[in-house]
Amino acid sequence: MKVKDLVRDEVTIRFAGDSGDGMQLTGSLFTNTTALEGNDLRTLPEFPAEIRAPVGTVPGVSSFQLHFGSKEIMTPGDACDVLVVMNSAALKANLNLLKKGGIIIANTAGFDKRNLNLAKYGEDHNPLEDGSLSGYKVIEIDITKLTKESLDDFGLSYKDVERAKNMFVLGLLYWLYNRPMESTIKFLEKKFNKSPDIAAANVKVLKDGYHFGETAELFAETYTVKKADIGPGEYRNITGNEATVLGLVSAAKQANLPLFYGSYPITPASDVLHELSRLKNYGVYTFQAEDEIAAVSSAIGAAFGGSLGITSSSGPGIALKGEAIGLAMMLELPLVILNIQRAGPSTGMPTKTEQSDLLQAMFGRNGESPVAIVAPSTPADCFDAAFEACRIALEHMVPVYFLSDGYLGNGSEPWKFPQQENLKKIDVKFEPSRNGEETEKFMPYLRDERFVRSWAIPGTAGIEHRVGGLEKEENTGNVSYDPENHQKMTEMRQAKIDAIAGFIPQQTVDSGNKKGDVLVLGWGSTYGSIRTAVRELMEEGMDISHAHVKYLNPFPSNLGQLLKGFKHILVPEINQGQLVRLIRDQYFVPATGINKIKGRPFFVDELKQEIKDALSIKR
Amino acid sequence: MEKAMSLKTKIDRHTANGNTESISYTGKDFSSDQDVRWCPGCGDYTILKQVQSIMPELGINKENIVFISGIGCAARFPYYMDTFGMHSIHGRAPAIATGLKITRPELSVWVVSGDGDSLSIGGNHFLHLLRRNVNVNFLLFNNQIYGLTKGQYSPTAPKGSVSKSTPYGSIDHPVNPLSFSLGVDGTFVARAMDRDPKHLNRMLMRAYEHQGTSMLEIYQNCIVLNDGAFNLFTDKKTRPAETIYLEHGEPLIFGSENDKGIRLDGLKPKVVSLADGSFSRDDLWVHDEQDQTKAYLLSRFFDQPEPGDENHMPRPFGVLYAVDRPCYDEGVNAQVEEVVTRKGTGNLDELLRGPETWVV
Repeated sequence: MKVKDLVRDEVTIRFAGDSGDGMQLTGSLFTNTTALEGNDLRTLPEFPAEIRAPVGTVPGVSSFQLHFGSKEIMTPGDACDVLVVMNSAALKANLNLLKKGGIIIANTAGFDKRNLNLAKYGEDHNPLEDGSLSGYKVIEIDITKLTKESLDDFGLSYKDVERAKNMFVLGLLYWLYNRPMESTIKFLEKKFNKSPDIAAANVKVLKDGYHFGETAELFAETYTVKKADIGPGEYRNITGNEATVLGLVSAAKQANLPLFYGSYPITPASDVLHELSRLKNYGVYTFQAEDEIAAVSSAIGAAFGGSLGITSSSGPGIALKGEAIGLAMMLELPLVILNIQRAGPSTGMPTKTEQSDLLQAMFGRNGESPVAIVAPSTPADCFDAAFEACRIALEHMVPVYFLSDGYLGNGSEPWKFPQQENLKKIDVKFEPSRNGEETEKFMPYLRDERFVRSWAIPGTAGIEHRVGGLEKEENTGNVSYDPENHQKMTEMRQAKIDAIAGFIPQQTVDSGNKKGDVLVLGWGSTYGSIRTAVRELMEEGMDISHAHVKYLNPFPSNLGQLLKGFKHILVPEINQGQLVRLIRDQYFVPATGINKIKGRPFFVDELKQEIKDALSIKR
Repeated sequence: MEKAMSLKTKIDRHTANGNTESISYTGKDFSSDQDVRWCPGCGDYTILKQVQSIMPELGINKENIVFISGIGCAARFPYYMDTFGMHSIHGRAPAIATGLKITRPELSVWVVSGDGDSLSIGGNHFLHLLRRNVNVNFLLFNNQIYGLTKGQYSPTAPKGSVSKSTPYGSIDHPVNPLSFSLGVDGTFVARAMDRDPKHLNRMLMRAYEHQGTSMLEIYQNCIVLNDGAFNLFTDKKTRPAETIYLEHGEPLIFGSENDKGIRLDGLKPKVVSLADGSFSRDDLWVHDEQDQTKAYLLSRFFDQPEPGDENHMPRPFGVLYAVDRPCYDEGVNAQVEEVVTRKGTGNLDELLRGPETWVV
C-alpha cells in the first residue's frame, strides 16, 4: 500500500489513558519534539486529583491535549483530530472531544471484558465492535501485546514492560506526523541513566512503534506540519508554572535581592515550589511551611529583613492567608502572592481551571486593604507577569497578587526567552544607616511623591523602629486612634495603589481597531481563545476588537478612555462575572459578561457563538 | 538587677563616616519613646524591665536585635523596646520570625507571646518553631487569661476557671506549656515568674545564650482580670514550700529551711524530709538539664493534687531541659552554601535557556 503524505496547517492530538499509563509524559515528549520542529503550539494536560484513581475507571483517566501548527496557535484546540485511547474508560471520557471523522487509535488490550466493565460499558458492549464509532477512523492495535513482543529478549519485569507501552504509541505518532525521535531518545537515555537496560527497552519500543506505522499498513496517510512563522529568534518550550519560576528568579536577580519563597503544598501551585527548591544556587530560599498562614507570614518576615518575600497558593489557601496579606499591606512591605487559581468554591475541583478569585484578590481582606494585581495571559507571559509583580511590590512597597490558573500553569507554548541583559533593573534602595548626628529623627512612614515609604531593614544602625498592624500615625508610624488620621491613612493606602498606574504600561488593543462597534475585553488565561475567536470574527467581517487587561489593580490609566470608544463591551470570563463588575463600577460602561464555569477554558467556536448571541440580544 | 545594670559589654560600632567607635549601652538605651500602656501593676512591667536590663549584656548592636510579637497584652512589648520590632497578627509571630531568621541568621530575634497567642490561635506555629529549633528566643507570658479581650479563659486556665465566657466554670483540660514544648522536642525549656526578677533575669540570659529555640515560660500576673493566679508560687508565705528552683547538677531541695527534697523511686517522684534524718542530700534526685525523660517528669509537677496530699509536688522554676541540636536556620543556609559550592553560583541566562532550544 502506498502511503500518501498530506500537509496540514494545524493538528490537535489528545492522548488519553489510565493515570498510570504515562499519558502526561507521552504528551510532553511529543510536545518537546514538536517545539523543536519549529511549530507553534499549546498544550492542555488534564488529570484526576487522585494520584492513582481506581485503575481502568472513567475518573482515573488522564489526558494530554496538544494543538500544533504552521500558523499561529493560541489555544490547545477545541476538538482533536487524533484521539489515542489506552483503554475503554479513556474512550468514554474523551470521545466527545474528537472531531467528526477523526482518528481513534485504540489499544485493544484496554477493551477486554474487565476494562469494559470498569469503564461501565458492560462486558458485552465493546464500542469498537458495535458500530457506534462508524463516524470515525478507528485504528485498533494491541499495543500491550506488541510492547511485550518488542521486549521479549530483555527479561524485564511485567511492570517495566507494561510501563513502556506509552513509548510504542509515541513512536507510532512520530511516524504518523513525520517527527524525528532523537530528542526523545536523548531524554530516555538521560532519565534512565542509572538503569541502561530500561533506557534501551524504552528506546526499542519507541522505534518499534515507529516502524510498526511504516510496515503495518493500517494508515493510508501520514501528515506533515511545516514550521510556523513565529518570528526569528531562539525558542524553548515552557509551561506557565516554569515561566513563573523564571520570572521570580529573574526579578530577584535584577533587584539584587535574595528570594524567599514560603509555601504550603496545594494543587496546582506546588510545581512552583518544586522548581524553586532546586534553584538554591540562584540565591533562592524555599521554606515549606506548616500551613498557608505560616507560609505567607514567613515571607513577610523575610521581607521585613530585606529579601524579596513571595508566597503562593491556590484559592482555599489564599483564603487562609487573607489576614497576613492585610498585615503586609498595613506594614507597607513588599510581598508577592501567587494564586494559581483552580475551580470552584471551598475545595472545589483542584485539578480544573477557573478565574474566579479576582474579587477575592481585590477585596478579600478585612477593612479596606487595597493591593496591586497582575495576571498573565499565556504560559510564557507568566514570566513577564511574575517579574512585574515583583517589580511593583519592591518599587512601591505593597503586596501584589499574581493571578495565574491551572490552565496557564500546566499548559505550555514556545517561548522566545530573554537575555538577562535585556531585563529591566528593579530599583531597590534600603534606608541608609545613621550615626546620631542627624537633626531629624528617623520616621519609618515618611513618603516620596509616589506615597512610598523607605525599606528600613534590621541591621541598619540608627533607624531602629517598630511596625505593626495597628493603625499608625502618618510619618512616625506610632500607634494612633485619631479619627482624622485614620481617614487620612485609609485614603493614603488607596492613593498609594492608585499611583502605581503611573508606572505600568498603557492598555493596548490586541486585535482590531482602537475604536468601533464591539470590544471583547478579557484578562488572564482566556487570552488565546478570545484572540482566536475575535480574529476569526474579524475575518467574517465583524467590526470587533480585543483588549486583554494584564494590570487589574490599578487599571492602566487609559483603560476608561479606551472603553468609551466602543458601542458594545463584552467580557468573557471563566466565572460568573468579576472583571465585568469592576469595569462597570469604575467606568460606568454597560459591559456584558460571557461566562462559562465548567473547569475548562473557552472553546473558540463556543466563544464566537456566545459573542454573536450576546450582540443579537443587545441589538 | 543592680548587677545587671552595671555589667555593660563594650561594643565596637561602625559609624557613618567609616570610623569605629566603642560604645556601651545601658538598659535605658533600650527603652523606646512610647508610653507603656499596660495596666498599673501588670506583671509585664517587670518582664520589660528585666529584658531591657539584659540587653546591654548581650554584646550586640541594638540594630541587630528584633522583637516580634503576635496579638494580646504581651504583644505590645516590641513598641516599648528601642530595637527593630514588629507587632504582627494573632499567633503568627513564630512564622514571621522563622522567615526573618532564615534570611538574616545574624540577627538576634526575640518572639514575645502570650498563652492564648502561642497555645490557642498560634499553637501550630509554636509546635513547628520548636521542632525545627529555629534559633530565636521565645518568651511565653502566661497569665491564664485573655487580657486584651477583657477576661475570657485561656488554654492554660485550670479546669473550672470562672471567666466571662465560662460563668459556670471551664470544662477544658488545660495545656501544659512545658510538657508540650518537651513533647515536640524543644531544645530549651525553662520557667520563670514576674515576681522573682532576679531569677527571671538569669533565665532570660540563659535563653539568650542557648542556640536554638529557647522557650521561656514566664508566669505573669494579670492584676485586673486574674489577679493572684500564681499566688501559691509568688506569695512569700507559700513560695518556699510550693516552688523548687532547679540548678544543673544540684539535688532537688526546697522548703523554707531547705528541709525537703525530691527522690526518684523508679520514675515516680516522692517528696522526702531532710529534717528527720531518714534521707540526706545524697539520696535526692540530682537535676540533669540534658535528661529529656526527667525533664518531662519535672514538667508534670503541674496538674497535681492539692497541697497536703502526699503526691503533691512543688512547681519547678529554672531550666528543665537544654540540649544542643542543629538549628533550622543554620541548616537552611548551610544547604544553600553546599549547593553553591557544588554547582557554582547560578547563571541566569543558562536558566532562562533551559535544557533544549531551537532557532527560527
